[in-house]
Amino acid sequence: MAEPVLSIRDLSVEIPTRHGIVKPVDGVSYDIRAGEILGVVGESGAGKSMAGNAVIGLLSPPAHIASGEIWLNGKRIDQLRGEAMRRLRGKEIGMVFQDPLTSLNPLLRIGDQLVETMRTHLKISEKEAEKRAVAALEEVGIPGAASRVNSYPHEFSGGMRQRVVIALALCAEPSLVIADEPTTALDVSVQAQIIALLKRLCRERGTAVMLITHDMGVIAEATDRVAVMYAGRLAELGAVEQVLTRPQHPYTHGLMASTPLASEGKARLHQIPGAMPRLDAVPDGCAFNPRCPRATEVCRTPPPPRVKDGMAACWHPLVEDVEEKVS
Amino acid sequence: MALVKVDNLSRVFDVSKPWLNRVLERREKEYLTAVSEVSFDVAERSTYALVGESGSGKSTIGKMLVGLLSPSDGHVEIEGVDLANEPDAAKVDAVRADIQMIFQDPYASLNPRWRVKDIIVEPVASRGGKTEGMAEKLLEQVGLSVKDAGKFPHEFSGGQRQRICIARALASEPRLIVCDEPTSALDVSVQAQVLNLMSDLKENFGLTYVFISHDLTVVRHMADVIGVLYLGRLVEEAVPGRLFDDPKHPYTQMLLEAAPKMDAFGREIQPPEGEIPDPINPPPGCAFHPRCPLAQDICKRDRPRLRQIGGTRVACHFAE
Amino acid sequence: MTDIPVAPPPKSRLRLALESDVFYTFRRSPVAVISALVVLVLLVSAIFAPWIASTNPFDPASLNLMNGFTPPLEPNAFTGDSFLLGTDDQGRDVFSTILYGMRISLFVGVAAVAFAMVLGITLGLISGYVGGWVETIIMRVADVQLTFPSILVAMLIFGIAKGITPVEYRDQMAIWVLILAIGLSDWVQFARVVRGATLVEKNKEYVQAARLIGRKPGAIMLRHILPNVLSPVLVIATISLALAIIAEATLSFLGVGAPPTQPSLGTLIRIGQGFLFSGEWWILFFPACTLLALALSVNLLGDWLRDALNPRLR
Repeated sequence: MAEPVLSIRDLSVEIPTRHGIVKPVDGVSYDIRAGEILGVVGESGAGKSMAGNAVIGLLSPPAHIASGEIWLNGKRIDQLRGEAMRRLRGKEIGMVFQDPLTSLNPLLRIGDQLVETMRTHLKISEKEAEKRAVAALEEVGIPGAASRVNSYPHEFSGGMRQRVVIALALCAEPSLVIADEPTTALDVSVQAQIIALLKRLCRERGTAVMLITHDMGVIAEATDRVAVMYAGRLAELGAVEQVLTRPQHPYTHGLMASTPLASEGKARLHQIPGAMPRLDAVPDGCAFNPRCPRATEVCRTPPPPRVKDGMAACWHPLVEDVEEKVS
Repeated sequence: MALVKVDNLSRVFDVSKPWLNRVLERREKEYLTAVSEVSFDVAERSTYALVGESGSGKSTIGKMLVGLLSPSDGHVEIEGVDLANEPDAAKVDAVRADIQMIFQDPYASLNPRWRVKDIIVEPVASRGGKTEGMAEKLLEQVGLSVKDAGKFPHEFSGGQRQRICIARALASEPRLIVCDEPTSALDVSVQAQVLNLMSDLKENFGLTYVFISHDLTVVRHMADVIGVLYLGRLVEEAVPGRLFDDPKHPYTQMLLEAAPKMDAFGREIQPPEGEIPDPINPPPGCAFHPRCPLAQDICKRDRPRLRQIGGTRVACHFAE
Repeated sequence: MTDIPVAPPPKSRLRLALESDVFYTFRRSPVAVISALVVLVLLVSAIFAPWIASTNPFDPASLNLMNGFTPPLEPNAFTGDSFLLGTDDQGRDVFSTILYGMRISLFVGVAAVAFAMVLGITLGLISGYVGGWVETIIMRVADVQLTFPSILVAMLIFGIAKGITPVEYRDQMAIWVLILAIGLSDWVQFARVVRGATLVEKNKEYVQAARLIGRKPGAIMLRHILPNVLSPVLVIATISLALAIIAEATLSFLGVGAPPTQPSLGTLIRIGQGFLFSGEWWILFFPACTLLALALSVNLLGDWLRDALNPRLR
């Protein structure tokens, strides 16, 4: 098997607060291979964005990586600081955020932003960069790209702006793209356009994508594999179809069942009792145990179960015959 | 009998630049038509859902229903009283007490400086009603604890705050609750809890909901009748089963096709073309014609009226 | 109707305040703690001046002209009396005059800021909430006033007020005129901040919820919006207090403020500067130090408060 583009090993992020240390990311491991879209899904506070920020070195202090390793193309990057990290961002990792306005400089024409990014990371001439900028905009489906390079970000609609951001993220030909809720602010029809675009570009270029979202529908539509996070930990990791249709972790199962789509025709939706614990009050053992219908004594005793690819971090998974499904 | 009758409702906003800029730059006044000639009825004890993308005018309709905005044209009648034009103030006041609203953002809809019990009883207290023990009773009804009455909003999570909003809405014993995207700021599992609570309360108190949402799956679960809005116009109206199984309007078809499906792994769809047009200069005729695969010349000229086809009302020249 | 559930006593406002993040950052900021202590000490000694001061320096009966120009901590050449901070030309104890002067300075400062605050909040709330031509008028007046230095506005108001009060009341009225003058020159920033915050708050959904149940605009402004715009007001009030104290000192120094019969710190400095070059430095030095300590610590407290209430600015 080819070496993964991104490999996260036992990553923990800590934030010291006046009430003690909280761990928004706690012992998380996953890989993303070239051309693969990994969905990271979870509810708010599950730590899904924090893990992505850790990879690109954008944790806002006092949050910091406490332990674990991050490898990008065989290079360890979790200890990079300052200039080295900045060069990595953009060159090897592209970023797409929820709000396209924050990723674009409102005072620069978008063509100039593309040219600047390419010339920072690639050894090409001004002329060449300008040509590529137009090509990049054409590729993300902006009509009249040749004239639109001279427009400012505010002259684009929300969907078009997100296309520009994707062009910007991909223009230096990174091997990994981190997309943090890229379609959450967009309408359904525009969301479908953006997802199709992201899928096509990454397949064509063999780019690895970390797609962070809370929307199970987007996960089903766009991703190859999915990592489900709960209270900073990985609950389940596996192929998207397996995780969504035959979830092993009771949390994943509950999450899937509580979407209105899954309860079609029923008067009431499936409900997970309670709420996700606050990060300063994560229970001992499995973080999900107080809400779990299958919890027993072993679930309340540390250490919590560890997750492997194709498996759930659960002492009592819903499907017992997991061995044959792991390929 | 219909509790709410919406008749030919329109709302236009003046979005012109300030007078001086207009004079200097020689610009005309600009108007944004947020809602255009919308008519529908909501039966008592039912849930009527308004669904649409941003700029469809669904929230504007909601605000006109509860009286936060006045219509530019047309009427909203609730319990047979036209709130914007009824001269009898006592009648208006009585009807207003029967209408409540639940908002989208649970973080902005509770006054952060007030204790929960004061927030919940405000609709009654402001009319001089008796409120002893009321907040505690309502908190239990929405699944919170009596102990929560003395706390401040920041001590609660998003889902709990939305429960507090629901408790406030119930305090004045309303008949109609307009819910403006009540769960779109919530996580899936919390959304399930809140939607279930709303269904239960509807049964227990005989409530009528007008449910505004962009999320087709939520609407399908909650609604008895769904109205689909595009650029301020009602383009299709049907019961959920009929709308989802046999959408008549090309826009509804596009919307359903574009919505993410839970079982569509690796689905390759042709994403819909184009985006929602500028509501300041909407296309003439049918507002959807620039994106519509069926569009003919007549669609660019004549605005289609709502027609009854089977159990569906649809505004399209070519729907059948 | 038998058992209405009764809520346990909720946490009091004091408990909540002591547990709050603001109090936590306060304890961890030495500058804030020291400033607060200085302000507290000065405030208490000003309030209890009659009990702390050895003499009432403005009671002619307690004065001995022979004690004039006694240096600090040295016995007077004629009477043998010794004073902590020395005496002035009339034999008044400088320490006592500072305590009494501080009373006037603080009273004028606090009252002027309170006046500016009430005026500014009211006009800011109304212009933000009502909007339209009401807002245009209020904010244009504010803009015009901002183009004049506030000390000039204060002097103008002071001059007009002095002109229309009868001569025999002038000294009595001087303090109130001073408060009016400084307050009127200071309301603009309150109004601007409150208007800005009101524009944000009035579109929040809790205000819409209140409108929906038919609450009157006045009730919405007072009960809903006002409590939520108070934190920036608190910051401005603290910083304005320092400025108001200095403005009062400036006016008094220029001779248009507190009369010599009711001298503030500014008046004391004006009196003292006449003796600076003849060697009696203490008559100027100690009041000036007090004014500096007061204004500086109030200002530092305001700076800290701004950072604490607005973490995004840090």
